[in-house]
Amino acid sequence: MIGATEIRLSPDELPKVCRTLMAEGARLQMAYAWFPEPGTPEVIYLADRKRLEPFPLLRCRLRDGRRELPSLAAITPLLGWYEREIQDLCGIRFTGHPEPGPLVLHEGAEPPMPPLDPRYQPEQMMPYSPQPWKLPPVEGDDVQQLPFGPVRADVLESAQIVFYYVGEGILHCHPRLFFKHRGLEKQFEGLTPLMGVVLAERISGVDSFAHALAFCQAIESASACQVPQRAQYLRVILAELERLYNHLHYLGHLCHTTTLKVGEAQGKLFEEQCKQINGTFTGSRLLRGLVMPGGMRRDLDLSGIADQLCVLEPQIIDYMEELETTNSHLDRLLTTGPLPRQVAFDQGASGPIKRASGIQRDLRWSHPYAAYRSFTVDVPVRTEGDAHARSQIRMEEIRASLKLIYSAVDQMPTGPVSAEVRPAPGAEAIGWCESTRGSIYHCVHLDEAGRLARVKVKSPSFSNWRVFPFTVHDSNMMDYAINEASFGLTMAGCDR
Amino acid sequence: MPVWTLYGLKRGVVTNPWPQGREATQGGVQGMPRFHPERCKEGCRICADVCLPGAIRIAETKNGERLSLDYGKCVACQMCTEFCPHDAMEKSEDWAFAVSKRADLVWDEAFASLPAHELTQKIHSAFGRSLHVRHVDAGSCNGCESELQALNNPYYNLHRLGIFFTPSPRFADLLLVTGTVTYAMKEALLETYNAMPEPRWVMAMGTCAVSGGAVGGGYASGRGVEGILPVDIYVPGCPPNPAAMIQALLLLLNRATQLVQGGHFAK
Repeated sequence: MIGATEIRLSPDELPKVCRTLMAEGARLQMAYAWFPEPGTPEVIYLADRKRLEPFPLLRCRLRDGRRELPSLAAITPLLGWYEREIQDLCGIRFTGHPEPGPLVLHEGAEPPMPPLDPRYQPEQMMPYSPQPWKLPPVEGDDVQQLPFGPVRADVLESAQIVFYYVGEGILHCHPRLFFKHRGLEKQFEGLTPLMGVVLAERISGVDSFAHALAFCQAIESASACQVPQRAQYLRVILAELERLYNHLHYLGHLCHTTTLKVGEAQGKLFEEQCKQINGTFTGSRLLRGLVMPGGMRRDLDLSGIADQLCVLEPQIIDYMEELETTNSHLDRLLTTGPLPRQVAFDQGASGPIKRASGIQRDLRWSHPYAAYRSFTVDVPVRTEGDAHARSQIRMEEIRASLKLIYSAVDQMPTGPVSAEVRPAPGAEAIGWCESTRGSIYHCVHLDEAGRLARVKVKSPSFSNWRVFPFTVHDSNMMDYAINEASFGLTMAGCDR
Repeated sequence: MPVWTLYGLKRGVVTNPWPQGREATQGGVQGMPRFHPERCKEGCRICADVCLPGAIRIAETKNGERLSLDYGKCVACQMCTEFCPHDAMEKSEDWAFAVSKRADLVWDEAFASLPAHELTQKIHSAFGRSLHVRHVDAGSCNGCESELQALNNPYYNLHRLGIFFTPSPRFADLLLVTGTVTYAMKEALLETYNAMPEPRWVMAMGTCAVSGGAVGGGYASGRGVEGILPVDIYVPGCPPNPAAMIQALLLLLNRATQLVQGGHFAK
């Protein structure tokens, strides 16, 4: 696979090789399965070892009707969810898995065969009769259970969270997600790469550009296509514009949970102003319909963006300083939902969440793409790991994004914005991107006709939802909403 | 420590008074493509080939091939406008596409004026001018949520129009649905609807809720609200921008006029 160093191995070698990789300082990123030939699945593990080094990739083919692999969740817990996803969608069992239940498909969903099996008819809705959800037994005097969702207060995405609590204290929190599972990875199958972009933009609306970019970069690697410089610079600006409006929304929403009403209004007004800038300069408030394999769909004149942002910048900086000196706001954030570094590392925290817990990692810096090589990317880091640290990381990133946009506008090269892409038949490649919420990887397998045979989407919210409950246990009800807001999660990205 | 009340007062009023007075500032935001059938060339199917949700199809008729266009499936991805070699699909800023009859989103060659709809009259007498909305995300990409949340920012400030989001379906007049209605959300959606007192209305917000759009169908994703609940207002768009959402809410309240009939957008 282009973008990775491959290691092919047999099922029995898996645990040993995984341990060796980890001893070398690597961190597993994700796992997925696909069917290179009907009936012969292959499981692929992606890791990340050193800066600027291709990603180590383990490939394990299951031959002769074998449908079992040793679980690696005990060695590297973050794989736990990926293994359960593979079990639900590809029908491969993981022996020795510590929590082997279904994850992505709800109890009562009964597809006639694993949905990602190529023989599964793409248009066939699976039969479903809702079954009660198997909850862990939590016993004790005065323990009460509170199911919350899937339809929650305000305009929120659907998810269900069950709390076990005594008085104000939360003993255990058990999220049930994937209500919004749309089976998008299956929907990629058979599309041309160009149509794939339209779909990639709809994985998570507020990460539209990041997903489209990761997808396009995978197709470009598969075609050995040189994307023109101007397109590379435009991509940097657009990716940072997406980060900007998302982070400003985040600050406003965090104020909402700490009931700082004016702070909320101001944060969301900044978000609106940034979305309007997006609309004026690109035609889309969510930055859709701009990027395509080979470059950009059309040339954009973004030179005016710097002027508009220069007007906003002092107001934004002032706003962030005011937030950082508001006791009532800080009181609610400091020490709320602490995430220790080791838990963040083991459970797979991504993006600002891991950087707030002391892991200094950012794909723009470690594996630069687009024109990020030409810029200094600041990677802010905090060690406290609490809600306040998570918001501080976002504030730092707002400053860094503005700097990056100004430099990219300044140094914008002239020339064409797209090049021809002709993926080699059967090519496979990885595309990646550091989105607002963390790392996105798209693993793309093409068929002989150059159409998409399999697209695996690793989204940051899938990673961070896995981590989030670790910060809720033993906290209290009053802090829950603040803690959840401080993670800045999406459901659509997680559920896909 | 800052005094936030003063901070807010110093910044003055930032709300756009639209629809009273000023235009909704959606300058530059691209909307649904405009269709010019007279420019189409026989046998050309480029636009249909680049239309992921299948909003543009080529249908065989007695008089040869004909292009059919359904704005209820359009996600405004602009592919057709960029790939059509004859400019039959033109970029536009037409975004206020809310309609009360699904058929009004389908391009109709012999565009005939349809009778005024009774629904808006009824709701006006039932609720005067206020509206309480319960939103249910039935499997969206969160683009619609992002823009729905924008309705409560100081720029749009939905409250000034007497429209409020309510946490409980018991207090809601309108069920506002986003997303394709996935297998897992269908029951929760029905339960929410059943918990609402009558009279009640349903709005399908965004192309996903109208028809499934670009991500409808497959093993887990549905094809919108139709056939599951009685829909009163359809709002295609991917996502509809906040002004389009307000226009749709006002249309339900008979405080705005429908701008689309037979697939034709009238300014």
